Amino acid sequence: MKRDRVLLAHGGGGSLTRELIETMLLPRLENPLLKPLDDSAVLVMGNSGYAFTSDSYVVTPYLFPGGDIGRLAVCGTVNDLAVMGAQPFWLSLSLILEEGLPLTDLSTIVDSIHAAAAEVGAQVVTGDTKVVERGKCEGLYINTAGLGKISVPYWLGSANVKPGDAVIINGPIGEHGVAVMSRREGVAFQTSVTSDCAPLWPLVKAILDTGARIRAMRDPTRGGVAGAVCDIARASNVGIRLFEDAIPISGEVRGACDLLGLDPLTIANEGKVLVFCGAKDAEPVLAAMKNHPLGRQARVIGEVSTKPEGMALLRTTIGGERIIDMPTGEDLPRIC
Amino acid sequence: MKTLVANIEEMARRVGRDLKFMEVCGTHTMAAFRSGLRQLLPDNVRLVSGPGCPVCVTDPGYLDAAIELCRRPGVIVATFGDLVRVPGTESSLERERASGASVRIVYSPSDALVLARECPSRHVVFLGVGFETTAPTVAWAIFRAAQDGLRNFSVLCAHKTMPRAMDALVRDQAVRIDGFICPGHVSVITGAQMYRFICQQYRIPCVVSGFEAWDILKSVGMLLRQIAEGRAEVENEYSRSVSEYGNRAAQQLMHEVFEPRDDVWRGLGTIPGSGLGIREKYARFDAAKVLGVTFHEAHVNPLCRCGSVLRGISTPLDCHLFGRPCSPAHPIGPCMVSSEGVCAAYYKYERMAA
Repeated sequence: MKRDRVLLAHGGGGSLTRELIETMLLPRLENPLLKPLDDSAVLVMGNSGYAFTSDSYVVTPYLFPGGDIGRLAVCGTVNDLAVMGAQPFWLSLSLILEEGLPLTDLSTIVDSIHAAAAEVGAQVVTGDTKVVERGKCEGLYINTAGLGKISVPYWLGSANVKPGDAVIINGPIGEHGVAVMSRREGVAFQTSVTSDCAPLWPLVKAILDTGARIRAMRDPTRGGVAGAVCDIARASNVGIRLFEDAIPISGEVRGACDLLGLDPLTIANEGKVLVFCGAKDAEPVLAAMKNHPLGRQARVIGEVSTKPEGMALLRTTIGGERIIDMPTGEDLPRIC
Repeated sequence: MKTLVANIEEMARRVGRDLKFMEVCGTHTMAAFRSGLRQLLPDNVRLVSGPGCPVCVTDPGYLDAAIELCRRPGVIVATFGDLVRVPGTESSLERERASGASVRIVYSPSDALVLARECPSRHVVFLGVGFETTAPTVAWAIFRAAQDGLRNFSVLCAHKTMPRAMDALVRDQAVRIDGFICPGHVSVITGAQMYRFICQQYRIPCVVSGFEAWDILKSVGMLLRQIAEGRAEVENEYSRSVSEYGNRAAQQLMHEVFEPRDDVWRGLGTIPGSGLGIREKYARFDAAKVLGVTFHEAHVNPLCRCGSVLRGISTPLDCHLFGRPCSPAHPIGPCMVSSEGVCAAYYKYERMAA
C-alpha cells in the first residue's frame, strides 16, 4: 500500500509524526542545531545560550474551558523555551484568520495573548496577519515563535537522563485534552474539568534556583506523558518506570478517559512539566515545586534505570507491569 | 487485591491442570493488558482473547464496500473512529479521506442522522458495525429515520450477535476453552441468561464480568471455583450493571428493525444466524439495497494471523508480521488497528515478550 498522502494521524504527536519528521524533514533540512529535535533549538551567541522555538495552534474550539487559543499559543511556546532552562523574552505572533471571525472573539484572544505573555515578562515583538476565505480554516490559526535566554550553565537535553534519576511532575495530568474534547462537536459532555494551560517559566525558575542539577525537562503536550517519557527513554537510551498509583489525576479526567476509551497518559497537558533529576536532588526540587502555585500537587512519579533500554514501563496499581507506548496518532474513540 | 490473587493461586493449585479462559470482549482484553493483571495469574491459568472486538471480526470485504461507497459522488460515509484506519484490500477510509472522499467520524448513530438532516442533497451512509452494545442505537436511528421520513440516510449493516459466535468457538475442535469471561457491555443489553446454553450443552462455566482489573481477577477466581467444584453455571460478577434478562426496550427495538441472518466473521468464517440484517419493512434504510452495494471477497495478506488470533489458537507473537512490518502505525490486520484489538494490546503493552 502506498502511503502517498498526509494523514490526520501524522499530526497526532505520536510515532507517525516522528516518522514524518524523520523521513520527510530531517534528511532535507539536517543540521547540527536541528538534529537533537528537542523542544527548542539551542543557539550560542557570544558567551550566552539562547533557546529558539516555534509552534502552530489549530485547536478547535478556539475558546475552551480554562483558556483559549491565544493563551495556548503563548503558553505552548513559552513552555518549550522554559523546559530548556530559558527565560522567555521575545515572541512573534502570526495570525491566520478566517473570513467572518467575530471581532469580539478576536479581541478576547488577543487580550489573553497579552495577559499570558505578561505573566512571564515576555513581549510580542513582531508578527503577521493573513485572512483566508470562509471555510479555509476554523476561526483562526496562530503561529508563535519564541526566543529566550538560557539561565543555566549546562545543556538540558532529552538525551541527558541517567539511570537512578527521579521523574517528577507538577500536578494532575490530562486536563487540557479532556477540557477541549468536552466541548468538541459530536463528543460534547458535561464536565467541570478546565484546561491546565499555564506558562511554566516561573515554576521552572524556582526549580532551577534550587541549584539542583536538572538533567532534562519536558512539557507533556500532544502525546501526553506517554509520548514524553517514550521520547526521553529513547533519546537517553534508558528505561523509565512510572508508578501508576503515584501519578496525580482527577476523578473526572479518569472518568472521561474511561468513557472515551482513552489512556490518560496519552492525553495532552498544557501546564505540566516532567522534571528528570538525580535521586538526591529530588527532595529539594519537589519542595521548591510544592512552594509554587503551579506545583502544589507535585509528585515523584517514576524512576530511571538502565533497562529496558529506550523503553518506558508502567507499574500498575494492582502490581503488574506494562509497556508505555508512544501513541500512534489520532486518538480514536471506541465503538463499543 | 493480594488476597484475591492468593485465592486464585490456591484454587489453581487445587485444580492442577492447565486452564485456558477466554475473555470474549475486546474491552476486557485491553483492561487485562493495561492493568498488567496477566502477570499476576498462576502459570497454569492462561487468558486468551476471543472474537469480541467488532472491528477485528469485520470481514475485509465489508471495508472494501465501504471504501467503494465513500468514493461515490454525493455520498457521505459516517463511521465510528475505530474503522477508519483498518486496511481493506488496497486502501482504508483514512486514506480515502486524505484523498478527498467524504468520511466523517461520528460518536453515535444519531450524529449521523443529524448529518443527514444538515446535508439534504447528500446521502449519508452509517457503517453499522458492532455487537448487541451498538446495534440498539443503530436500530433506534433507523426507527427514527423511518418515523421522520428521512430519505437520505441508510446503514451498511454488519452487526453481529455474540451467542452463535461463542457456540461456533466451542464446537471448533482446534480451540479448547475451560471457561468464558463473558462480555459485560453486551450482557447489559442481553442479560446474563444468554450464556446458559453454553453451560448446559457444553459444561463450560461462564462468568459475566465488569471491566476493572479487580472485576476480571474476581471473575477468574469464580471460574476456578466452579471448575474446582465441578460446576458449570452462568455467574454474574457484574451484577451492578447486568441483570438476568437485560434491557427489554433495547431488545425490542433490535427485534423491530433487525432479523438474524448468516454472517461472515473474520477468522471464524460464516456462522449461521450470527448476524443482524435489516428487516424488509426498513429496507429503504439498508445501504446495500438502496445503493446497490456488492460485496466481493477481499484479498488479505496471507501471512496475517488475525483469523487464528481471534479464535484464541494463536497469540500475536506467533505471527511473522507482528511488530515488523505490522504495527499500530502501519497496521496490516485489523487486530493491530482497533483500540480493542489483541495485536494492538500485545504491541502496546507486552511486546518485550517477543
